Amino acid sequence: MNIFRTALLLAQKDLYSELKTKQIMVTQIIFAGLVIVVFSFAFDPANNTTKAVIPGVIWVIIVFAGILGLNRSFISEQRNDTMQGLLVAPMEAASIYLGKFIANFAMMLIVELVSIPFLFLLFDFKFYGSIPYFILVVFLGSFGFIAIGTFLAALAANSKSSEMLLPLLLFPITTPILIGVVQATRIILTNMEKFSSAVAWIQLVTAYDIIFFVVCFLLIDYVLEV
Amino acid sequence: MIEIKKLTKQADNKLILRGVDLSIKKGETVAILGPNGAGKSTLLKVLATLIKPTSGVIKINGMDLKKNHIEIKKIMGYLPHSSLLYDHYTPLENLIFFGNIYGVKNVEQRAIALVKEVGLSFFLNEPVKNFSRGMIQRIAIARAIVHEPEILLLDEPHTGLDQGAIVILNNVILSMKAKGTTTLMVTHDFKQAAEICDRIIIVKNGKIVDDFRIENHNLGFVSEKYEQLVEGVS
Repeated sequence: MNIFRTALLLAQKDLYSELKTKQIMVTQIIFAGLVIVVFSFAFDPANNTTKAVIPGVIWVIIVFAGILGLNRSFISEQRNDTMQGLLVAPMEAASIYLGKFIANFAMMLIVELVSIPFLFLLFDFKFYGSIPYFILVVFLGSFGFIAIGTFLAALAANSKSSEMLLPLLLFPITTPILIGVVQATRIILTNMEKFSSAVAWIQLVTAYDIIFFVVCFLLIDYVLEV
Repeated sequence: MIEIKKLTKQADNKLILRGVDLSIKKGETVAILGPNGAGKSTLLKVLATLIKPTSGVIKINGMDLKKNHIEIKKIMGYLPHSSLLYDHYTPLENLIFFGNIYGVKNVEQRAIALVKEVGLSFFLNEPVKNFSRGMIQRIAIARAIVHEPEILLLDEPHTGLDQGAIVILNNVILSMKAKGTTTLMVTHDFKQAAEICDRIIIVKNGKIVDDFRIENHNLGFVSEKYEQLVEGVS
C-alpha cells in the first residue's frame, strides 16, 4: 500500500508544480492547436476523404505532445538534485515510476480532452462510430505510450542529449501500440462494419500495455540509481 | 548503530572504496576528512542508499542495508551539496511534501516550527527560487531533519554559508546530538569539524587511514594529524 500512497503524493506534487509553473501542459496544448490548425488548412474539411486523415492526426497530437511532457518529467528532477531527495526517501523506485506515470498520464488526458473535440470541431467531423470504444482506444493507446515513455524518460534523463535520445528509444518500442491504436481508431471513426478487426487491435494493444507496464515497473530500480 | 565491514565500491574499473571497516555508536558525531577524490562522498552516498556497494556488509541498527533499505531510510536524514528542494515551491510546501513522504504526523506544524528554527519564518510562503544560497541551505537542513532522523548524513554542509548560517547549522547539529542523533559529516572545514564532532575519521585513497577522538575542540591536533597522514605523504 505504501507504494501507492507515495506514488500519489509524488503525482500530486508534479501536478501541483504544473499548476504553478504551467510549463508542460501549455506547451502541449499550443502544440496540439498548431497541428490541428495546420492540418485543417492542408486538408479541406469539406472533402469527404479528409475524415480518413483524422485518426492519424489524433495520434500525431498524442505522440508529439506526449513527448514534450515526458522529456520534462525526469529532467525537472535534476534541478537541485531533487531526484536524490526522492531516492533517499523511504519509497521504492517503483513508487517514483508510478507517481511520474500517473502525473504524465493525467496531463496527457487533459491535453486530449481539450484537443480532440477542437479537432472534430475544426474538421466539421460527424461522429457515426462508437464514442465509448473511441474513448477506450484513446485511453489504452495513451496508457501504453506514457507507461513506456515514462520509463524511457527516466533512462534518458541521465544522458546529456536526453531530448534527442527519448524519441529515438521511444518510437521503435511503441510502434506496435501506435499501429494498433491508429488502425482501431480508423475503424471506429470511419468503418464500424469492420468492428471485429478493431477489437483484435484493441486486444493486442491491451496485452502490450500490460506487459510493458509490468516490465517497466519491475526494471525501474536499475534505471534510477545515481 | 552503524557497522560497515569490508565495503568496496568500484566504478568504471576504478576502486573508489577499498575495504572500509567502520563502527559508529549511537549518538556519536563523526567528521570524515580527506583530500578530494578520497571516497568520502561515495561512502556517504552508499550509506544513504543512493549507490549500491560492489561488496561488503552495512548494518544499521542491526538491519542489513540491502534487505531493509526502506526501514533504514525512515531513520536517515541526508544533506548533500545540493539543496534537494523544489525551486518553485515555498519552504512550507517543500517541507510538507517531504514530511508526507516520510509519514510525519502533524506535518504542517512541524514544517512551520522547522522554518522558524532555521530563522526564516518571514519567508514561509516565498518560493525557494528567490532565496540566497545561505537561506536555501537553511531550508535544506530543515528538509533533512523534517522526520527527526536517528542518523544524519551531511556532505560538506558548511560550504558557501555565511557566519549566521554556520551558527544555525551547528546549533541544529548539536541539538540533534543532544536528542541522541548519530551524525556523519564529510567536510573540508577542520574548524567546524573540531567544533562539533567528537570523533574524526581520515580517508585517503578509499581507505580509512586514521580514526581518533578529539577533546576540547582541539583544532591544532586535527590539522596536525591530517597533515601527517595526507599532505605529508603525498
